[in-house]
Amino acid sequence: MWAFIHKLGSPKWFYAISERLLPWFWVAAAALILVGSVWGLAFAPADYQQGNSFRIIYVHVPAAFLAQSIFVTMAVAGFIFMVWKIKLADMAATVMAPLGAAMTFVALFSGAVWGVPTWGTWWMWDARLTSMLILLFLYFGVIALRGAFSSRDSASRAASLLAMVGVINIPIIKYSVDWWYTLHQPATFSMTSRPAMPMEMWAPLLIMVLGFYCFFIAVTLMRTRSEILRRESSKRWVRELTMEVS
Amino acid sequence: MPLFREPEGGAWVAIRATLKRDLVLMMRRRSEVLNPLVFFALVITLFPIGISPDPELLAVIAPGLLWVAALLAALLSLDSLFRSDFDDGSLEQLLLSPQPLPALALAKVAVHWLLTGLPLALMAPLLGILLSLPSGSYAVLALSLALGSASLSLIGAIGAALTVGLSRGGVLLSLLVLPLYIPVLIFGAGAVQAAILGDGVSAHLAILGALLAVALGLAPWAIAASLRISING
Amino acid sequence: MAFDSLSAFLAMGGHGAYVWAAWGVTGLLLVAVVLHARAERRVLLRDLRRRARRTQGYGAAETQVSHQETQVSHQEGHVHES
Repeated sequence: MWAFIHKLGSPKWFYAISERLLPWFWVAAAALILVGSVWGLAFAPADYQQGNSFRIIYVHVPAAFLAQSIFVTMAVAGFIFMVWKIKLADMAATVMAPLGAAMTFVALFSGAVWGVPTWGTWWMWDARLTSMLILLFLYFGVIALRGAFSSRDSASRAASLLAMVGVINIPIIKYSVDWWYTLHQPATFSMTSRPAMPMEMWAPLLIMVLGFYCFFIAVTLMRTRSEILRRESSKRWVRELTMEVS
Repeated sequence: MPLFREPEGGAWVAIRATLKRDLVLMMRRRSEVLNPLVFFALVITLFPIGISPDPELLAVIAPGLLWVAALLAALLSLDSLFRSDFDDGSLEQLLLSPQPLPALALAKVAVHWLLTGLPLALMAPLLGILLSLPSGSYAVLALSLALGSASLSLIGAIGAALTVGLSRGGVLLSLLVLPLYIPVLIFGAGAVQAAILGDGVSAHLAILGALLAVALGLAPWAIAASLRISING
Repeated sequence: MAFDSLSAFLAMGGHGAYVWAAWGVTGLLLVAVVLHARAERRVLLRDLRRRARRTQGYGAAETQVSHQETQVSHQEGHVHES
């Protein structure tokens, strides 16, 4: 068990294994996103209330899912790094943060654009959008804190700790924002929580969500590999590897 | 004969000593205690000037304004929580001491709340008068701020501990801490609003108490870990 | 197929601007993320190769100590392989 964990945490081993996994995730991400897009944009029936503007759901919801999952994954990686001192976990956490922030931005932007045909305004303090905005600030905090330290080890540990503190707070923030939203009741109409979506509507959504997750895994694997090369550049195996390539 | 003998009483002595030392230090630097209060009053003065002197309008937004201004004032005081101890090296001594660091950190945070959060809570009703806060909500305002600012001090201390080693940590500190303050703000301002509407406030205060309990349970360890990162890194 | 013609597909029942704006920005961002990851890797490999060549160039003037070091690590490498 321990041997396996240490093997998994070895950057060299991970570099080799991820090279074989990476193409599969790229293919899966591309195929799923392509199928989901064509299905969602052209074949799914229009919503009886919102018409065709509801097709924004196929990018909004996967991005929002991913934005939250990446933060949790980042915090788990931070925990692994803090407890077992596995540097690989921190490398992955480093490259996850900007992608998570980008996904949060996508969710916010698509939500805002969706707001125009739905609510008649670009921004509404809707519970989902407000939580997303706060999540974006949490991502900015983690990224900024990592950048503020001159020593890499301090930066890693500080960012890991902040991610863990953030992940404990995310459910608290989410519930309090939901509660705050229902208290003020500005709009009776919620964008996505609707009863019983027909299969033709949610099947492409499911495909898009899966595609976005594969995309996340592929990008994280690829950028973690770069991060390994960057941090281990003085190691023998990295030097040998770069000579081979040249 | 051992060269070093642990003082009698162990952790309790250390906690009491930390409390006393921080209180004395803060009382000597009175401006650090007074500045957040002056800032609080100033910000509250800005709102009627910037928005409108209309009492009816101010009464509607007063709970939120008072809570946000108090929150910012508490934030302003956070940077000095560990700063002077870091500069003169006594923070390092604190880390080296055999007593549990979370307990000592909690003592420091308690002093910070006693001299920042509590005065802000006591001052808020006065500023409430300036914003023509409806009667009947003054006690709830003070109580919710007293409860909520304890959570704010605990959460903020994590950010202060993480940024104490950085030369320009001020803006970063607010970026780290403000998103985490939002639940406290929601239920704190919600309590005052409920009092104005004549609804029960016990639920809000209970949730503020629950948030404080969670913060009390988790924050000391996070503060201790953050201090170790800042000092040993 | 939910649309009769290409123009109907592009118009999205009058909501075309919003749907295509949201999808377009999402697509652009995904592509940008991939391009960035690829560029990052290319630049990094180039730098590492450059550094490797530089250290190779110094190899001729290496001191006795570092020779011994490389020999030791070579032996270690053999042990691992066997």
